[in-house]
Amino acid sequence: MRELIDGSTAIVRGALAAGCDFFAGYPITPASTILMSLMVELPRVGGVAVQGEDEIASIGMCIGAAMSGSRALTATSGPGLSLYSESIGLAVMGEVPLVIVDVQRLGPATGGATTIGQGDVQFVRWGTSGGFPIIALAPSSVAECYELTIEAFRLAERFRCPVFLLTDKELNLTLNTVEAGKAGPGTPPPRPGPEAPRGPEIRSVVPYRYEPADGVPPLVPYGGDATVRFTGSSHDERAFITKDPATVGALNRHLVAKIEEHRNEIERVALDLQPGARTLFVSYGTTAGAQREAVRRAREAGRAVSSAVVQSLWPVPATALGKAFEGIERIVVAELNLGQYRREIELLAQGRPVIGLHRMDGELLTPDQFLETLS
Amino acid sequence: MNGAPASTLITPLATYRNETPYPFCPGCGHSLILDHLNRALTRLQLDPRGVVLVSDIGCSGLSDQYFSTSAFHGLHGRSLTYATGIKLARPDLKVVVIMGDGGTGIGGAHLLNAARRNIGLTVLVFNNLNFGMTGGQHSTTTPAGAHTSTTRAGNLERPLDVCATVAVNGAGYVYRGTSWDKDLAERIAEAIESETFALFDIWELCTAYYVPFNDSSRKELLETMSHLELPTGLLARRQAPELAAAYRAQTPEGRSTVEPQILEPRCAAGLDRPFRFVVAGSAGGKVRTAVRLIAQAGVLSGLWAAQRDDYPITVKTGHSLSELILAPEEIGDTGITRPDALLLLTADGAKKCGRHLAAMDETDRVFAVPELADAKTRARVTVVDPAGAKLGKTQTALAATTAAVARLGLLPREALEEAARLDGRRAEENLAAIAAGYRLAAG
Ligand SMILES: Cc1ncc(C[n+]2csc(CCOP(=O)(O)OP(=O)(O)O)c2C)c(N)n1
Ligand code: SF4
Ligand SMILES: [Mg+2]
Repeated sequence: MRELIDGSTAIVRGALAAGCDFFAGYPITPASTILMSLMVELPRVGGVAVQGEDEIASIGMCIGAAMSGSRALTATSGPGLSLYSESIGLAVMGEVPLVIVDVQRLGPATGGATTIGQGDVQFVRWGTSGGFPIIALAPSSVAECYELTIEAFRLAERFRCPVFLLTDKELNLTLNTVEAGKAGPGTPPPRPGPEAPRGPEIRSVVPYRYEPADGVPPLVPYGGDATVRFTGSSHDERAFITKDPATVGALNRHLVAKIEEHRNEIERVALDLQPGARTLFVSYGTTAGAQREAVRRAREAGRAVSSAVVQSLWPVPATALGKAFEGIERIVVAELNLGQYRREIELLAQGRPVIGLHRMDGELLTPDQFLETLS
Repeated sequence: MNGAPASTLITPLATYRNETPYPFCPGCGHSLILDHLNRALTRLQLDPRGVVLVSDIGCSGLSDQYFSTSAFHGLHGRSLTYATGIKLARPDLKVVVIMGDGGTGIGGAHLLNAARRNIGLTVLVFNNLNFGMTGGQHSTTTPAGAHTSTTRAGNLERPLDVCATVAVNGAGYVYRGTSWDKDLAERIAEAIESETFALFDIWELCTAYYVPFNDSSRKELLETMSHLELPTGLLARRQAPELAAAYRAQTPEGRSTVEPQILEPRCAAGLDRPFRFVVAGSAGGKVRTAVRLIAQAGVLSGLWAAQRDDYPITVKTGHSLSELILAPEEIGDTGITRPDALLLLTADGAKKCGRHLAAMDETDRVFAVPELADAKTRARVTVVDPAGAKLGKTQTALAATTAAVARLGLLPREALEEAARLDGRRAEENLAAIAAGYRLAAG
């Protein structure tokens, strides 16, 4: 029992299965199918989907809704992601759980709306001012689009931060065959029922917590039992603006520590290691398709090769990659850009040569290109 | 989306301010307006947990910190977007937006659209005719001729009429006045209760910048207003559906877009390696639909299929290419560098196939309508001529594709027929096209 579906559909199903009940976005190829689909799906399950007047409005609406207790999603591509920049910082600073799908397309500016690229890898990591960490996942198949969308919502809530789902035109718009059930649909987790009537005593919530630095207090939404404050300015734990160095330092350390100190909860790498292999292929997203095919062919021809497909791009899954590097003499990093993730691999490679396999012409890397690196 | 209603209070509140004094310069109009807001909230006796004060950036953006309600302090010019998200998620909450004239300008698109949507927000524009926080620069509401730190010789730009702009675009409640208006609290309370998009353009003094730059005071400000012939008071009030309520009242679309169409393998195709088949036609020629049907037939035959479409952004013109892979195993690599077979249906499509045709060799097959039979390729070319089959425009691509599939011996006919029946409305039409395809293949 199988079905033919594309990555966008799998992402929409993943969102629904994760209990997403708010979407706002602005049309842009190749992300528009997510918008169009959720405009139909969300009202059917009591949620809200809006087409904003632009990307800034769309992500702003998502942030407002998330602080009101919604599970919020937005989806865009390069030009729209550029407009999200300042608001990504707001979500980091205000500790807003928010899932952002970036369906990558090729090139700067308008680039190629329907051409394939993986050029936003460092952009999502450093896409807002201040240099604070975010989380980014990269599915490499239609089934993973479903799985990792659910995971993105889990991580966004767990760490109260923006989580990116980095996909691309090929993954989102190409129909592929999956075993029925592997790409949903799934049933959303139960949501807390309507709140009890408010008591006479009006509490105010302390929305943020800096001790311990890596702790993440649960989000208390607007309209509940207590008043809640939110701010994008440097603030104390009660969300009042402050310049007190001790407080501001604690805030900023907390924003880093809550993610960096929990890397092991975020790490996801699909390892296919072969004993005796001296070469390791590393890729992510769409490019992993050609990599898996190349590995199959190499092994068929009697050549040992290992494979690592990175599913959690940020933070860099150093532990899993370190394991993959054991016994490896050379690493081939394949991506549809000129080496954006190779830089990260080089930092971990401990002197092993790292070879880049790149393409930036709107076409996919081919299994043959992988195999050529073995000769 | 659970909602505790904005209930009335058991113990009346004498104030919605907290204990902290305002931070503004002496004489700053912001303090006066916030006192009006406090009086409005006190008059309404709303539960502070059901009220969200959304503040913009600027001196006015500091305001939320002096109130005991819930609060959201976001980015410069974007307060309306957060407020819209909050109201859409929780229509039962009362959402009040505080923004400066600076925020109004940079967030102009949001202002137009919030008004047009008639989203139930109460917006207070703290209009001190300049950017207070950043040092008295001119804003979109700075009157022509006025002096600011960026218009030392006098402002050459015409000021924006905020009220007229939102009123003409559908705002439910529009008021212009000053921070000294006696009935401002009453008006704000009325607007909050109205559950429409309500905007107050409230003129006031920035004593740190606008006043010294222009030797201005309350008297001069009022004179400027009348000189500009800007009307004051309640300027618009209309009943129109409020967006958050209308959204929830609307009946959702009946059919889901993501329901699975499960394909149960019925028969077996004898394919032992991936087969790559490209169909090249024109927009509107139903190429994608035809190839989709073949992909489904592949899955119904126990294979794995992947389909990638390529067409110009202007979908009704130019080429339409569908690349199909059928394989005995899961398909990871969806790229095609050299097709095993290529079907050329139109010149538009053929134009996009130069690379494919060049890559193909004697072991590969090209199927082409008679006009394109001279394609430059080493592959073996077979002519397919659906023109004689008297088919409708929507059937030609499927018939020709079927003919190629039949010639190649790719899939059992019953799988194609099964796939044709998946779309009940088109079953007859599809079956006829498939039958025509098999006749073409035999002929
Ligand atoms: C994107 C962005 N650009 C510029 C600024 C700097 N900035 C802070 S406040 C402000 C102007 C505020 O003026 P207004 O909205 O009139 O508020 P006021 O201080 O007069 O109350 C500007 C430009 C910013 N915070 N964000
Ligand atoms: S700078 Fe102007 S707007 Fe800001 S507090 Fe002082 S008087 Fe008010
Ligand atoms: Mg101002």
